[in-house]
Amino acid sequence: MSTATIEHAAVAADGHGHEHHHHDLPWYRKYVFSTDHKVIAKQFMLSSMFFLFIGGVFALFIRWQLAYPGQPIPIIGSILPDTWVTEAGSGIITPEFYTQLLTMHGSIMIFFVVIPFAAGMFGNFCIPLMIGTDDMALPRLNMWSFWLVPPAGLIMMAGFFTQTGYAAAGWTSYPPLSAQTGLDTFTISGQTLWTISVFLVGFSSIMGGVNYVTTVLNKRAKGMKLFDMPLTVWGLFITAILVTLGTPVLAAGLAMLFMDNFLHTSFFLPDNLVTSQKYFGGGQPVLFQHVFWFYSHPAVYIMILPLMGIVSDVMATFSRKPIYGYKAMVFAIAGIAFLGFIVWGHHMFQSGMNPLLGTTFMLSTIVIAVPSSIKVFNWLGTLWRGNIKFSTAMLNALAFVSMFIIGGLSGVFMASAPVDIYIHDTYFIVAHIHYVLFGGSLFGIFAGIYYWYPKMYGKMLNERLGRQHFILTFITFNLTFFPMHVLGLGGHMRRIYDPNVYDFLKGLSDVNEIITIGAIALGFSQLILVFNVVWSLKVGKKAPRNPWRANSLEWAAPEHPGHGNFDQDITVYRGPYEFSVEGRTSDYWPQWEPGASKTVNHKTVVLEDDTKTFGAH
Amino acid sequence: MSAALNLSHEPVTKIPHGKVAMWTFLASELMFFSGFFGTFIVLRNTNYDAFFEASHHLNWVLALVNTFILIGSSLTMAMAIYQLERRQNGQFQVYLGLTILGAFGFLIVKYFEYSAKWHDGLFPSQDNHTLFYSFYFLMTGFHALHVVGGLIPMLFMLFKSFTNRGYNHPIKVETLGLYWHFVDLMWIFIFPALYLIFP
Repeated sequence: MSTATIEHAAVAADGHGHEHHHHDLPWYRKYVFSTDHKVIAKQFMLSSMFFLFIGGVFALFIRWQLAYPGQPIPIIGSILPDTWVTEAGSGIITPEFYTQLLTMHGSIMIFFVVIPFAAGMFGNFCIPLMIGTDDMALPRLNMWSFWLVPPAGLIMMAGFFTQTGYAAAGWTSYPPLSAQTGLDTFTISGQTLWTISVFLVGFSSIMGGVNYVTTVLNKRAKGMKLFDMPLTVWGLFITAILVTLGTPVLAAGLAMLFMDNFLHTSFFLPDNLVTSQKYFGGGQPVLFQHVFWFYSHPAVYIMILPLMGIVSDVMATFSRKPIYGYKAMVFAIAGIAFLGFIVWGHHMFQSGMNPLLGTTFMLSTIVIAVPSSIKVFNWLGTLWRGNIKFSTAMLNALAFVSMFIIGGLSGVFMASAPVDIYIHDTYFIVAHIHYVLFGGSLFGIFAGIYYWYPKMYGKMLNERLGRQHFILTFITFNLTFFPMHVLGLGGHMRRIYDPNVYDFLKGLSDVNEIITIGAIALGFSQLILVFNVVWSLKVGKKAPRNPWRANSLEWAAPEHPGHGNFDQDITVYRGPYEFSVEGRTSDYWPQWEPGASKTVNHKTVVLEDDTKTFGAH
Repeated sequence: MSAALNLSHEPVTKIPHGKVAMWTFLASELMFFSGFFGTFIVLRNTNYDAFFEASHHLNWVLALVNTFILIGSSLTMAMAIYQLERRQNGQFQVYLGLTILGAFGFLIVKYFEYSAKWHDGLFPSQDNHTLFYSFYFLMTGFHALHVVGGLIPMLFMLFKSFTNRGYNHPIKVETLGLYWHFVDLMWIFIFPALYLIFP
């Protein structure tokens, strides 16, 4: 690449023709129905944050009821809708509404927060920038994959207006409970809307996944081999494969559940069910669980693999060291993804399954600990003797790893069938899922937001606020979810409305109170993040081109890249993790800078260093 | 954006984006129908006699006619692609028209089949409905939806080819062709599973 090319490109970028071309777009094509992957990523971020707020409020309702059962909800209790409370204005929520809360909290957090954040936002923002291209392979498909999410969300929330209220069969929606609503055929209930909504959001995921696979395979920058991609892209790529193969199976199951629910067929309804509703039977409820978990177990990895990639990138950058065992990391992601498809039965140890089958699922599940441990080991290896800088992104990444270890270990507990029989359907499970989904995924999402915000909005986030947000979140997170292990082992059921009805749970009411106080504090700590994101947009320091002195291609783009992303030709010369290469003056070596090197004893040795100052600050 | 940059280069795999995306999407579609076939296999084994009894009431002759219509339309689709690549616009219009005719023919035969079922009260929520018919309407219904899904872009392409600018995107027709063959293939699986396999 010669200097002439850069200058030429710069002229083209600043030239009148270019400017004119992009100002042609009407405002709604630029901000609403945009095909620019960065705008779509921001839209995903906005909608996810909105739903995070709703899901979080629902969680606080649940926590209030568990800590102070039968007491009116403070402050907003008197203005709650009449269908939610025991009597108008009492502020005490009903058992029916409590089950709706559980269902909506789980469904919203999984389908409208974590998956859109992990796959939607980071997939859209990171993939084209990190592989050095101008946009997705199919930009218009990309736009539609976002614009299915808001209607799907509205459909799910519209359950409020049906006569039975929101869906109330848990986020897993097991039949017969979800299939039999006691209503006539062709009556829309919250559960019907839930089914439609998840079907739509699944279709959106598939469209996104197809696009990511195509983009990664087809649009990599000149010279970039698959094994030159940053681990973030690897994580997102393998997630996209999981999405395209797993989600349609759930869609099939949902189609059948919809027919059971809406048209009173009985795919999932057994003979001899005592019910007020006319039906003919012959189906199998456990069959739905098989179909559901065939998707929803891989979905667990859909929600964590992209974040594993992000955390790897953040860690390498802020330790100023190459990622330890790059290829092992890639194969570990692929291994987790493959094993993810053959372990779904571990959700059903208690559902009535051949014990031999249970043993098979137990073994395959425990094997997942191997690639997961490889990843943790390699993260520690990356940190080892690194020149660690504790930026907010790094702190969140470190929290991801440590919380993932706790969540992973409790995962091994429930993977073994004999232990699972004891802790099944208790708060131990709730503790586990929140350690991997909040402690894992959400900390990873925070790390990603702090890391890429400068490239997204051209402004730096306030590090001081960021650190406060992190510390508060970390403490209150553990205060909220760690005691849940204790609750679970004490026998506290997972979906109980009033724990005080059992004598053996009365002694645990203090623990429940601590958790609720922690949860409220955790909820309010997130306002710091929202404030930081909005405030920095206005008054944040202007971001340099490469604020973290990182290697991957997104930092070659201008401070606030416009449509088309890059203002220079991109040719990739090396892998994304060449930090602290011996014989170089600066401690990083971006992928796009010309120069040659070779590998001796797993160490990179500089052969020809043609560094320009371009791209650094 | 600007022509000076090398960002929007030829696809790395040398296969057009649309085709890679379509193959990925078809893998996804295969898993979608696998969900139906999987549950069908399980519930067929637990409701053996009921399924045996019910499958006798299906009209396999009409389904056989439909099978040949679909296979024929797959052939004409392939011919349409070939003719467009050779820039034989008239021939392209003929073959695409035949394909569209096949798709409509399939749906019309389907309509007669369904209306007979409606008459016999076999639709979901009607009185004589059984589990087998749930599968029948689920699988053939989603398949028919896929036929409609293929029909719409075909009509669009045919319409475009009659405009002054003409239609000259062989790659897009080929990608649609992939989808159309998949729809055909799915019918090849649905037809024996529902109509032909008597215990």
